[in-house]
Amino acid sequence: MTDLDPISIQATRASMRFLLLFSRQGRLRLQKWYTAISEREKKKIIREMTTMVLARQPRTCNFIQWKDMKIVYKRYASLYFCLGVEHEENELLALEIIHRYVELLDKYFGNVCELDIIFNFEKAYFILDEFLMGGEIQETSKQIVNRAIESSDMLQEDDHSEWYEVELFG
Amino acid sequence: MPAVSKGDGMRGLAVFISDIRNCKSKESEVKRINKELANIRSKFKGDKALDGYSKKKYVCKLLFIFLLGHDIDFGHMEAVNLLSSNKYTEKQIGYLFISVLVNSNSDLIRLINNAIKNDLASRNSTFMNLALHCIANVGSREMAEAFASEIPRILVAGDTMDSVKQSAALCLLRLNRTSPDLVPMGEWTARVVHLLNDQHLGVVTAATSLITTLAQKSPDDFKTSVSLAVARLSRIVTSASIDLQDYTYYFVAAPWLSVKLLRLLQCYPPPEDTSLRSRLTECLETILNKAQEPPKSKKVQHSNAKNAVLFEAIALIIHHDSEPNLLVRACNQLGQFLQHRETNLRYLALESMCTLASSEFSHEAVKTHIETVINALKTERDVSVRQRAVDLLYAMCDRSNSKQIVAEMLSYLETADYSIREEIVLKVAILAEKYAVDYTWYVDTILNLIRIAGDYVSEEVWYRVIQIVINRDDVQGYAAKTVFEALQAPACHENLVKVGGYILGEFGNLIAGDPRSSPLVQFNLLHSKFHLCSVPTRALLLSAYIKFINLFPEVKGTIQDVLRSDSQLRNADVELQQRAVEYLRLSCIASTDILATVLEEMPPFPERESSILAKLKKKKGSSKLPDMDDSRKNVNGSTEHAEDAEVASKVPSHTFTDDLSVNSAPSSGASLLVDVFSDFSSAAPTEGSDEHFPRFVCKNNGIIYENQLLQIGLKSEYRQNLGRMYVFYGNKTSTQFLSFSTSVSSNDVLDSQLNVQEKPVDPLIEAGAQVQQILNIECVSDFSDAPILNIQFRYGGTLQNIAVKLPVMLNKFFQPTEMTSQDFFQRWKQLGAPQQEVQKIFKAKNQMDTDVSKAKLLGFGVALLDGVDPNPANFVGAGIIHTKTTQVGCLLRLEPNTQAQMYRLTLRTSKESVSQRLVELLSEQF
Repeated sequence: MTDLDPISIQATRASMRFLLLFSRQGRLRLQKWYTAISEREKKKIIREMTTMVLARQPRTCNFIQWKDMKIVYKRYASLYFCLGVEHEENELLALEIIHRYVELLDKYFGNVCELDIIFNFEKAYFILDEFLMGGEIQETSKQIVNRAIESSDMLQEDDHSEWYEVELFG
Repeated sequence: MPAVSKGDGMRGLAVFISDIRNCKSKESEVKRINKELANIRSKFKGDKALDGYSKKKYVCKLLFIFLLGHDIDFGHMEAVNLLSSNKYTEKQIGYLFISVLVNSNSDLIRLINNAIKNDLASRNSTFMNLALHCIANVGSREMAEAFASEIPRILVAGDTMDSVKQSAALCLLRLNRTSPDLVPMGEWTARVVHLLNDQHLGVVTAATSLITTLAQKSPDDFKTSVSLAVARLSRIVTSASIDLQDYTYYFVAAPWLSVKLLRLLQCYPPPEDTSLRSRLTECLETILNKAQEPPKSKKVQHSNAKNAVLFEAIALIIHHDSEPNLLVRACNQLGQFLQHRETNLRYLALESMCTLASSEFSHEAVKTHIETVINALKTERDVSVRQRAVDLLYAMCDRSNSKQIVAEMLSYLETADYSIREEIVLKVAILAEKYAVDYTWYVDTILNLIRIAGDYVSEEVWYRVIQIVINRDDVQGYAAKTVFEALQAPACHENLVKVGGYILGEFGNLIAGDPRSSPLVQFNLLHSKFHLCSVPTRALLLSAYIKFINLFPEVKGTIQDVLRSDSQLRNADVELQQRAVEYLRLSCIASTDILATVLEEMPPFPERESSILAKLKKKKGSSKLPDMDDSRKNVNGSTEHAEDAEVASKVPSHTFTDDLSVNSAPSSGASLLVDVFSDFSSAAPTEGSDEHFPRFVCKNNGIIYENQLLQIGLKSEYRQNLGRMYVFYGNKTSTQFLSFSTSVSSNDVLDSQLNVQEKPVDPLIEAGAQVQQILNIECVSDFSDAPILNIQFRYGGTLQNIAVKLPVMLNKFFQPTEMTSQDFFQRWKQLGAPQQEVQKIFKAKNQMDTDVSKAKLLGFGVALLDGVDPNPANFVGAGIIHTKTTQVGCLLRLEPNTQAQMYRLTLRTSKESVSQRLVELLSEQF
């Protein structure tokens, strides 16, 4: 196409559409959406995903065909990681995206557990953002991601002195 | 409180979270949250200015509350304030809040965009990354408008940090997905391709994702990426894994990048350059070879990453579909996986083999695994894996193995999960018909389907078996005998009663010679099911009874007694009552000859494509089941018929023409099964008409139908939402056509969208003569089906039925619109929502000639606008579709690519259904 080409072409879809983390009891711990959908639709998907994934028998395969996408999920301890991807995505690598995220959380929290993610939910989001962006993998080197996370923590430590004050309740 | 807080630890937040966790009930949680919300609100409204830390903390609490599933309607302003903080953590929380709680409030968007602009200009890579993430996360149109031109600049600038380049590439990718029209192609595109050569593998990975997306849309602009991608892939595949340092994942060299490169190559055909091609083949062979090497680690991550690359390589091999050697190797590899202990690999192997089965090079190789796949169907514990096995069996089925596969599917059906039964039924029905050499096998198979999974057998399936039996006289006796036997079962499915009733009504005489299936036995058998059936089935059985009266005069009395009983003659259901009354009258007053004519055996159905296939496709497309009500109504008799209250008095007058005319065209009253297809727009009414229909998209006059007897020509003119069509019927024979009549029918949907009014036509056409009929047409709202013209006449002794799809298409109601280039672009932008645009890329079917294309587009109804498209080879057009209810403005662009022999057609209108239909119609024309 030429420089001036003003005419657009059909929008395609993100290769990952969402990532959900929920507990065995179906409590949602983290949600990240890579396509624009309404809050109502999100709630519906969350409900369907938790029921569907939690109902799966152990040692079944980690992929489910669901509507026009594929669900790739894996359980780590008490948490289920559930990724909605486009049909043509590579399922095995999607599993490893989940694993890599768990590794990153592990490295940061030191043997991560559900409580870490509950109490530091904002960190869980930040780490995810260092690793994935707009539904695509941004950086696959663990070292580089870890370094980025550490350096942002360093920035926070620097800040500390100024605003560290005694908090009243709330 | 657990000591889990790390880094900057906001104590107030941790306390709040643990409070929430300690809540014993939903009510106490809500109470605690409301208290907190009130607290935060008062802090935000308070006189004392909050410091950055407190603001951050409260915003974070709001975020937590939102993520718990509660609505948040304030705090956005405070979050936006955080964006302009100089402190990283405050900025970060601000961005997180904005990303999660996007608000289309335009005032805020302007403020947010301002903050982003500052951060992008800050030259601080951490801040720039935060800003780019925010744009990618929100991805709104306003943001795209503000930054779409800025980001490519950041991406290719020489001094941009690697991490920022990565973010910029993916941010651009996201914007290109949500607002492709706002991302201008430019000289940066060439430089993006060269990022494939970048030192930093993270940059290469992000760039590959971006290029793949862009290349899918405009392959020509990114052709040079093929050789770079092959070179890069080759270096990764042949490297010792340590070369790639941290990009090695569990002993696998850069799996993410490898997969992305293989995906990028799938946007293109195999490279033409021989050395490049052999280098790629070498890569693919190396990947296949590696699969045979012993694993370097026992960890599942190792095998997953390695196999991910392998599966993607196989996908590329299948996509190229040109190297028989690689295809067969791929097939063997997948064959090994079919028996792997990892369920995931078995699942993927079954899935991947499905596509391999459709390649002529590997179809035979896939077939050798049939026993394994059948075994999977029987032994897999996971329903999703079994589903894949069914898909693969369906894909690998051909004449040589169809009996085995159908038998296995049938036996699986007995225990199959309810969720996939209907799909299996459709697949079995399709295979049984497609590969039937011997139609007795086909009949057995369908009856078995009904026996095993009657509830899942849709109307299409049983209509089809009846059509086939009627059309093939070699199977009629067998079918009658088989349904008779099947009906002996004390509890049989209602669908079987329908098939049985219909077939015995037509062909019961073929088995009546055997005393075990004498007419009376047959009748009693059918009637024993009558009371357990629904109204439509009973209606069908009543028709079977009147057919029996014709076939077997000896049971006339018995059947008349049944018809005469109060439960029939005074039935509460109007349809049943009417049938009983009319059939009884008919049997009393008509002579044997008349009965024989009226109740003659069904004529063969016109050969046509099975609608089951369409149904399966539809099912695959959406999980929603199509509404079956319409078709049921039709089998049952039309509604008009049912409303007819004065039954008895009218009987003699129309018995012979309307109600019993089982031989007549679909338009008549109780035409039983004749019109089974009229509700399915996907099925063409006859072969002949289908073939001419598309020719009328871009022209208004011509021959729409012709057979040995009759020729039908059309002339039509349209103005705004009205049209007039002159139909010419030519008698090609040397004999008169008698009782010539026509009717136009539409399905329920079309009926409300398009009015077609027919003027009377001469009932007699002399030999060699032509008569004319006028149809007046009014377009009420946009539509996508076409009305059917049903023609009926008597030639010699036989009644002829012809159904022709009338070429009334949406584009007929076009009025061309001239406009300036500026107006065009302004409107084009206004119609930028994703559902307003429909695009199709398709192969040229005819020679690509500019003048011909121009004529076609003008014939389509749009005005061609010169000098709008910067590329003179492209066509741009505009027009307005007039319907009674509304007018729809349409913009069109057609880009021919002579090199690839392809076209890309883009339609933008304010209505999705209009865009969709116009693309469908026009794309078939080139």
